[in-house]
Amino acid sequence: MDIKKQDNIPNNVNTSLRVYLSTFSRPLLWLAPLIFLVLFFFLPLSKILILAFNTSAFTSKNFQLILSTLSFTFYQAALSTILTFILGIPSAILFSRFNFRGKSLLRALTAVPFMLPTVVVAAAFNSFLGSRGLFSFLFPLSSEFTTSKTFYFLLILTAHIFYNTTIVIRIVGNALSRLDPKLEGAARSLGADTFHVWKNITLPLLRPSLLAAALLVFMFDFTSFGVILLLGGSNFSTLEVEIYLRVLKLPNLPLAALLSIIQLIFTLIFSILYTRTINQVTTQNAPRFSTSRPPKTLRERAFVFTFYLLLITFFLLPLASLPFRSITRFEADRGQRDDVQYGLTTDYYQELFINRRGSLFYVPPVQAAINSISYAGITVLLSLLLGYPAAVALSKPTRLEKFLDPLIMLPLGSSAVMLGLGFILSFGRSLASPWFVPIAHTLVALPFVIRTLQPALASIPERLRQAASTLGASPFRVWQTVDFPILSRATLSAATFAFTVSLGEFGATLLLTRPEYPTIPIAIQRFLSQPGGLNYGQAMAMATLLMLLTTFAILVIEKLRLSDSGEF
Amino acid sequence: MLELRNIVKSYENKPLLQGVSFSVSKGETVCLLGASGSGKSTLLRIIAGLEFPESGHVLFNKIDLAQTPPHIRDFGLVFQDYGLFPHLNIFDNIAFGLRMRKVSLVKINSRVTEMLELVNMQGFEKRKVTDLSGGEQQRVALARALAPQPRLLMFDEPLGALDRTLKEDLLHELRSILHKTKIPAIYVTHDQDEAFTIADRILLLHNGEIIRDGTPDEVWKNPDSVYAARMLGLGNVIDGVVISANKAKTEVGILSLNCKHRHAKGEPVSLLLKQSDDGIDEIKLKVEDVLFKRDQFEIKARSGLVIHMKDAPKIGQIIRVRVKVECLA
Repeated sequence: MDIKKQDNIPNNVNTSLRVYLSTFSRPLLWLAPLIFLVLFFFLPLSKILILAFNTSAFTSKNFQLILSTLSFTFYQAALSTILTFILGIPSAILFSRFNFRGKSLLRALTAVPFMLPTVVVAAAFNSFLGSRGLFSFLFPLSSEFTTSKTFYFLLILTAHIFYNTTIVIRIVGNALSRLDPKLEGAARSLGADTFHVWKNITLPLLRPSLLAAALLVFMFDFTSFGVILLLGGSNFSTLEVEIYLRVLKLPNLPLAALLSIIQLIFTLIFSILYTRTINQVTTQNAPRFSTSRPPKTLRERAFVFTFYLLLITFFLLPLASLPFRSITRFEADRGQRDDVQYGLTTDYYQELFINRRGSLFYVPPVQAAINSISYAGITVLLSLLLGYPAAVALSKPTRLEKFLDPLIMLPLGSSAVMLGLGFILSFGRSLASPWFVPIAHTLVALPFVIRTLQPALASIPERLRQAASTLGASPFRVWQTVDFPILSRATLSAATFAFTVSLGEFGATLLLTRPEYPTIPIAIQRFLSQPGGLNYGQAMAMATLLMLLTTFAILVIEKLRLSDSGEF
Repeated sequence: MLELRNIVKSYENKPLLQGVSFSVSKGETVCLLGASGSGKSTLLRIIAGLEFPESGHVLFNKIDLAQTPPHIRDFGLVFQDYGLFPHLNIFDNIAFGLRMRKVSLVKINSRVTEMLELVNMQGFEKRKVTDLSGGEQQRVALARALAPQPRLLMFDEPLGALDRTLKEDLLHELRSILHKTKIPAIYVTHDQDEAFTIADRILLLHNGEIIRDGTPDEVWKNPDSVYAARMLGLGNVIDGVVISANKAKTEVGILSLNCKHRHAKGEPVSLLLKQSDDGIDEIKLKVEDVLFKRDQFEIKARSGLVIHMKDAPKIGQIIRVRVKVECLA
């Protein structure tokens, strides 16, 4: 903070102090975040690398498993991506070409799943389409079907579509609305019919955005963990799930390490490809006219109406059935043989506060919420403490710091499960300490925190500070009147982000957490994996609480972001 | 060749075009002049088939085009911001219309070269659209529209985005190209200088109607309406009241009334005052401001009157000016 203040001193004042500070204290800005990364990211990563290239992992049996896991991971990701596009492309056209009532609300609704924790999405789908869900009670399917592998696979695919459609809507929809409608007019007057306009003009111009959206959706589906584990009923294993299984269920750490490295290589390739294509997307010129209008012809109206209904149904029902299932009893509790009271109930919420003998925990379930919130608090503190100096350095980077930037972002490319594995390999015996969970959460949240703070810091024009000081403000007053109002918003936004990330984090927590310190997502996972209406109901109740908490946090972030852009 | 009959179109429930009719004959360049938002561009889009009129007909060679989709109409269109395809190079942009017509590759090559020569852009085939300046882009857009030899060319404020000198150069070039190719053209603009330079005939669009249709000379000499006189910047328009068969009373004194139609006594009229040494009337004006305009001075006087003089008078001075008075409908 001191260093920040010195930066604000106008050039003619105290130049020597400035020079002194910039030469000697700048590395200090980096020291804490760098040590943190080396200790908790690069050290674990090196342990994984060493173990992965240990010859004991290279057996033909392992290779067979890797090959089949890899091909399934690709297969489900490709299929999910195609299906996401089948829903996403018409939706992108809907949002970019047409105006209709409730458009922005519907758009926001399609974006909600993307920001929700995987456990919530998994629980929501379970509550809606799962074998114990709303849909099965309303339209009973044969139990043969609802317990078949195909059914679980369909569930996973649907959840992936639910999660990622918003990416297609955003990237492709934005590109569509940036398309100059004149180009179509020009092409048509030059003799191109509708088909040739699409083939020769629209499609080539959309290609980068289509590719970018496909890569991003594919990457998310490729690394999908929570959805596959929670909805797949242990029938399917992607790379990510297999790593988890080889750490906790059928321990084979060298194999897990090898799988992690393979996964890391693929994610890095995808992110590099994605960054390249998304750069091409943003270089296209901005729109001058609104390209959307009310639907006119009968065909357009039918299209808008159909997709309006489809999107509302598809996105609202799972989100609504989750809280609904948390207050309704459809099946008998465990051990309860007769006299099932169907109907509304608050039992599941009340039960959260009771520590039952023979329950899944050593503590009442509400303790999971307390743990989650304290972990989230620590994550916020840690990531702000580490993120702030890094963001200050990055907002006006020297050449060396530009090189350090990708290093700080690297944890984004590695999966949470891999982080967990790295911790286990590096700190094995000391993992009993509950501190490692928030540290892992901080690793996940830190890139986001830096990316939120850095543009805010960089956005403060030096002119503003100079103007304030020529108007008679002391350095402290400059900081107070110029920097602080802008930074406080970004800081709050970053803090909320870190809080949300920690609250919903599932992969790393699953590997690291001790049974007596469950978090909300872990509790939901345990409840879901148990039979009986009471466990199921409690999973629903907890997921509902987590959903509300996250939605609230999202609203806070959105509100802060909006008022930010309103001022600048 | 092209004939528009009673085109009606509204925009967001407000009437935009209220029965527009005109025709364009062979080799003629018609200029559609109107303020921005007057529906000029919409009219072009209707002719191109990109939009549909609520009523009225577009005919070409006496054939109604209502059922003809835009890609079969064979009408070239040039936009203000060029509308070049950003993903294609110059060659492919110009070749686009020819490819859509399945012209052989050999012919495409020679035609594109020919077009680039016509617009003075030889050797630009492989360049990217984004590497060109505004003027160069508009030349390419023109070449692209000309390449398939359309039956009609339409220009939607084609020079609007260019700076002044470039505008004048391109305008003269465009005029000679249109004369050379003999393709009938509709040129839309809000700039009267452009209109008078390029048009064989000028159409004035106001309130969704064509209020004046004539050669540049005719329109200049006889604008026929207050709006036309103001739009064309023809001089000072002043309101008055008829006091006898050939006299009208105005703010600047009693002026002679020389009108085709008869006016009743007491009827309000709008008069166009043109500064002219052989004018019959003389008016007295008090100088309010004097502006330097290269070879003369612009003098501003009461009620927004503007006149030009060789020598600068003093502010506050009373000056006498001879004017010709024309009656506007």
